[in-house]
Amino acid sequence: MTTFSFGDKEIQAEAGQSVGAALIAAGYRAWRTTRHGGTPRGVFCGIGICFDCLVVVNGRPNQRACLIEVHDGDDVRPQEGTGHGC
Amino acid sequence: MDADIAVLGAGPAGLAAASAAHRAGARVTLVDSAPRVGGQYWRHRQGEDGPRTPVDFRAGHAIWHVERTGDGFTTHTDAGEIRSATVIVATGAYDRQLPFPGWTLPGVYTAGGAQALLKGHGVVVGDRVVVAGTGPFLLPVAAGLAAAGARVLGVFEAGSPLGFARHPAAVLRNPAKLAEGAAYLRVLRRHRVPFHTGQTVVAAHGGDRVEAVTVAKLGADWRPVALRDLECDAVAVGYGFTPQLEIPLQLGCATHLDADGSLVATADEHQRADVPGVYLAGEVCGVGGVDLSVVEGELAGRHAAGAPVPVRLVRRRAGLRSFAAAMHRTYPVRPGWQTWLADDTLVCRCEEVPVAAIKRSIVDLGATGARAVKLLARPGMGLCQGRVCGYATACLAGPVTADDLRGFSTRPIAAPISLGSLAEQHVEEP
Repeated sequence: MTTFSFGDKEIQAEAGQSVGAALIAAGYRAWRTTRHGGTPRGVFCGIGICFDCLVVVNGRPNQRACLIEVHDGDDVRPQEGTGHGC
Repeated sequence: MDADIAVLGAGPAGLAAASAAHRAGARVTLVDSAPRVGGQYWRHRQGEDGPRTPVDFRAGHAIWHVERTGDGFTTHTDAGEIRSATVIVATGAYDRQLPFPGWTLPGVYTAGGAQALLKGHGVVVGDRVVVAGTGPFLLPVAAGLAAAGARVLGVFEAGSPLGFARHPAAVLRNPAKLAEGAAYLRVLRRHRVPFHTGQTVVAAHGGDRVEAVTVAKLGADWRPVALRDLECDAVAVGYGFTPQLEIPLQLGCATHLDADGSLVATADEHQRADVPGVYLAGEVCGVGGVDLSVVEGELAGRHAAGAPVPVRLVRRRAGLRSFAAAMHRTYPVRPGWQTWLADDTLVCRCEEVPVAAIKRSIVDLGATGARAVKLLARPGMGLCQGRVCGYATACLAGPVTADDLRGFSTRPIAAPISLGSLAEQHVEEP
């Protein structure tokens, strides 16, 4: 098992799981808001095609949660808009 | 040269090609963006891999561009480049989508996405799941979810498998395909999952996640004739597949519209593209499933390595292709889906372009054709570069042509690459 932080929560994941899969298993469905409408989004295609599940991992925005594998101690945060705080 | 043959994609077609070419004595490099072989179909979880592949496997290498250089090809990836005399493109396909009100709600997944989460990560997308769309792929998705403990409220197949009855020759040549379908239906029956034909999900409802869907009984052209609501916490939808054509288009390969309305790369009887040195295998040259992909991969690998080709493989490809053609005719997308849309339904999820903006570009601004709609209303210009909305936008702009879909499939950069890693790569001065 690996453990990563999501905001102020600690989340357990299986080795090799994607950040998106681990978040869904933990009950989350959305962790991004869109740039224009500010509406919530989570995993849609699950295979790196649609870019809907973007998330901030260890300070890097725009990571595809469905593709990026969880590593122990990762700092994962929801992404708002472009993820660059503007 | 790093290799005689670079095989691009390590799914069923790519693995079969790499293995056949390796057995024929070629130096093979196999490339895939995923950390493990298998592709979307033979999706392995960590630790489930078989013996190490005997070929040079570049795992986790996302290909962003392939070009002809000198007497061969250079495959540019985010982790370096690979020079080879020949390339075999086996990049597969992803779910084709039709927009509907509420499809952007969290909890609505592509059928392939629900399958990937389950097979690749052991995660079930919901407790009460609705599976909808068209095509035989809905069956394994629903069966997998039900077997994993989800309550699958129903499979809503917009078409009907009875259409296969109009293609008896293709069905009789492929008895294993029927048996496979029947096996999935038995799993569904065992878990009391109803299978409805001529019905689909036409709207999803909820606040910050999906809470219910509207299921419609469809007329012959897919206009809804009766509606009912169903409470659920997840939806898995798919309307066939879209082949990944970035690399064939970068190389200038010919493409055409297949019977399912998808743009596919054109392969000859040797699995060759019309560009010398480029071979095509699997879903890129027509969606046909895993068995056809493996046969095409083996044929491409043998031809590319100069090995003899057994007649039985060529016959098997013909049989499987006839089944694929029957499948495409049995599960067409009917135009009535456009009546499911509301003015504020987003067509392009990335750029958040609603139906109204697309209509405005056509009616008020005089856009004729998909390219003009894209330029004026921006569908397909966001992060996914039209991979998700390209087909639907082309349909909304008028009868779909191969050229419309080419406009949504041409991507000089096929995978995101940071300027930093681009700057680190070796560039040959002209």
